[in-house]
Amino acid sequence: MNQQSATETILAVENISLSFGVMKVLDSISFDIKRGEIRSIIGPNGAGKSSMLNVINGFYHPQEGSITYKGETRKQMAPHVAASHGIARTFQNIALFKGMSTLDNIMTGRNLKMKTNLFWQALHIGPARLEELENREAAEKIIDFLDIQAIRKKPVGKLPYGLQKRVELGRALAAEPDLLLLDEPMAGMNSEEKEDMSRFIIDVNTEFGTTIALIEHDMGVVMDLSDRVLVLDYGKQLADGLPDEVRSNQDVIDAYLGVPHEH
Amino acid sequence: MNQEQDTTLDTFPKLLASHVKLRPTRDAIREKDLGIWQSWTWAETAAEIRALACGLATLGLKRGDKLAIVGDNRPRLYWGMTAAQALGAIPVPLYQDAVADEMAYVLDNADVKIALVEDQEQIDKILEIRDRCPQLEHLIFDDTRGLRHYQEDFLHDYEKVQQVGVEHDHDHPEFYEQEVAAGSGAEISIMLYTSGTTGNPKGVVLSNDNVIITARNGIVREGLTADEEVLAYLPMAWVGDNLFSYAQSYVAGFCVSCPEDASTVAHDLREIGPTYYFAPPRVYENMLTQVMIRMEDAAEIKRKLFHYFMEHARKVGVRILNRESVSLKDSLLYKLGNMLVYGPLKDVLGLRRTRLAYTAGEAIGPEIFDFYRSLGINIKQLYGQTECMVFICVQPDGEVFADTVGTPAIDVEIKIDDNGEIMYRSPGVFLSYYKNPESTASTKTEDGWVHTGDAGFFDEHNGHLKIIDRAKDVGKLTDGTLFAPKYIENKLKFFSFVKEAVLFGDGRDHSTAFINIDLDAVGNWAERRGLAYSGYIDLANLDEVYQLIKECVDKVNQDLSQDSRLANSQIHRFLILHKELDADDGELTRTRKVRRNFVGERYDTLVDALYSDKTACHIETEVVFEDGRSGSLSADVRICDAQVFADSSADQEAAA
Repeated sequence: MNQQSATETILAVENISLSFGVMKVLDSISFDIKRGEIRSIIGPNGAGKSSMLNVINGFYHPQEGSITYKGETRKQMAPHVAASHGIARTFQNIALFKGMSTLDNIMTGRNLKMKTNLFWQALHIGPARLEELENREAAEKIIDFLDIQAIRKKPVGKLPYGLQKRVELGRALAAEPDLLLLDEPMAGMNSEEKEDMSRFIIDVNTEFGTTIALIEHDMGVVMDLSDRVLVLDYGKQLADGLPDEVRSNQDVIDAYLGVPHEH
Repeated sequence: MNQEQDTTLDTFPKLLASHVKLRPTRDAIREKDLGIWQSWTWAETAAEIRALACGLATLGLKRGDKLAIVGDNRPRLYWGMTAAQALGAIPVPLYQDAVADEMAYVLDNADVKIALVEDQEQIDKILEIRDRCPQLEHLIFDDTRGLRHYQEDFLHDYEKVQQVGVEHDHDHPEFYEQEVAAGSGAEISIMLYTSGTTGNPKGVVLSNDNVIITARNGIVREGLTADEEVLAYLPMAWVGDNLFSYAQSYVAGFCVSCPEDASTVAHDLREIGPTYYFAPPRVYENMLTQVMIRMEDAAEIKRKLFHYFMEHARKVGVRILNRESVSLKDSLLYKLGNMLVYGPLKDVLGLRRTRLAYTAGEAIGPEIFDFYRSLGINIKQLYGQTECMVFICVQPDGEVFADTVGTPAIDVEIKIDDNGEIMYRSPGVFLSYYKNPESTASTKTEDGWVHTGDAGFFDEHNGHLKIIDRAKDVGKLTDGTLFAPKYIENKLKFFSFVKEAVLFGDGRDHSTAFINIDLDAVGNWAERRGLAYSGYIDLANLDEVYQLIKECVDKVNQDLSQDSRLANSQIHRFLILHKELDADDGELTRTRKVRRNFVGERYDTLVDALYSDKTACHIETEVVFEDGRSGSLSADVRICDAQVFADSSADQEAAA
């Protein structure tokens, strides 16, 4: 875990409420993410974890509350603003370009870094060529980092699930994000793949100093990786604190063991 | 001056300096990094090594000290070897996949002072066992990833060590040359630990003369030049890699390429197109299996073309390679086949430019051997040991047989002692086992003859050496007939469905076998027949698979029945093991040879069952996972009877 002074707040959400019709998905949620930390959001199925990520990167627009990102307070984020201001994410269901190679998928993550226009790129001369070389190098560094050299030219659709997850992480990293949102990066993995992915998450955090917001089901993984943990249950904030505090919180234990709800 | 004969170049740093003079701008080493081949010329290599050597000196590495080297084949790790040798220190390469315990033994036994390692994985392993290696003072790492927050002051970044070295060199410009000049051919060049099928590994101490003269003899015999291309992909701790990718490169001056990653070797091989290549038989076997599997899935026209021309290659390819005369029609058809099938196939395998390919370590299946030779790849067998820097016997061009290992290499004398054990004497014969005078004395006689531990004989017809088995493994059945387990295991392993076989029979009435199926080959076979399975255990237990393996065993038995000496060794019963034999469980050595006795003890209930009437046996096994955790595996293993044939050679004699 990152020992750098995690004092500066990179993102704070305040009293966020989100409803779809009568269905209240998030109910007055407030928390913050400090620069350089691994911040986890956990909770049973349907707790609102993915919705929370979708609010942060602007897919969902909350009815109430505000989001403060890098000192700027907004009612809601827009996806392109989030992306261009350094928020990248991976998805619970892999969302890669299946017919494209690993390398090309990662290169698409560099899209926002490309400044030259289509005309120069089509001719592949001058600044466009230089830019292409720079971006290719950045992509290759990520391939090296994630140890996926052997699948560089393989179409992503033909890769096993665990590797696809890794490529997706690679594409998110290609944007050189300040804040990385990971939506269940280890879902459906075996224990060895989980261990590899945990290693990559820690390395991304320590090597690049990337702040990470992580949604995960596997409690063991969460407790090992995270600096702080937020617990949601039925759209409500159940607990928030250090892994040990959360682990011993009676409400959390009840939620995970399935004590019947009063309402 | 012709460098191959220049005997004043008796150490590696001196050879390096001579290449800087002779061919400063030619590539010495290459590595694929970030998807691009990066190369270093001889002059650049020398500068890197000089900086590293000076840096190591400031860390206290002196003449006679040991520098451990742990990691995949990387230029920086090879430079570490030369840098140590420049200071008169001794490099000790370790197997990079060794678990911490094995590493602790070698680090301690070799009195290693500084370890140069590849990455965090190795650093973590060594930190875990550091208290068991009191002489170990410093650790240097190549890849900084994940190590940023390690605070220990005995950990050093490779680049920092070089920086300090450059400063030291600046202040003492004469230091490096003086150290190099002080080196001599009689000095220790390297210590290589043999994996050992029994007991702890032993450190084989080799002098510069041992290594350099042997490397030079190999070059002379095969006519190698500075233009060879070699891919360094086998473990650096193994003597073969040290010879082919290091010693011979320094003597002949050819360039060595390091693959990007262990998983990309096949691809990198194709890009480099080595002219000189070494691989153990299993690599050739895997390549062939992959080709066959892919051809099964190919379009019909391609498959037919492939089979038609491969049939033709089988008929004349080997003779064409041996420069024997064939009919004009056959020769033209072979040329056409070369355009349509052989050439593209060799290109895919990365062997299109290969002028010389060696294999050694295990017996190779005749059909595998002939497959490559019929394609026009000059693959030859050699017989070697760590104790003499590899070369004992090599097959001469044009005299290549699947069942021999060739004639003695240059300057090598061979004799067979009264027990049938092969002994040799050569300039490559090692100085001693490190700190182990008893083993040295029992292996090497006072006049320099070395016991190989292998039983063999010279073939009367062609004068080639033939190896039967390890001398100590050759046993007897209760009726007194010869029992040569390895010979029979190899026969079984020549079937692509059989990955490993372990034979029992010494001191018993008849022989029995454990079989490991090849998951790829049998898996593919099962899929094509629509047989469902969930994994290795499940597949190994299928009736159809048992039947398939029984056919293989029956064929081996039939084969054995032809030979009066071996007819009694026919396999009466066998079983398919419920797990793949694994080096992490101690069942294989790190070079993937089966440790028969260990396996026999570990699965003694299964062996007992083989020698009873039982048709199945329950077994529970402790297994160690790659990350060091352990778990247990339980299964019901079935036992199958094989068909035993009458001794047909005896019949023939009787009939005659």
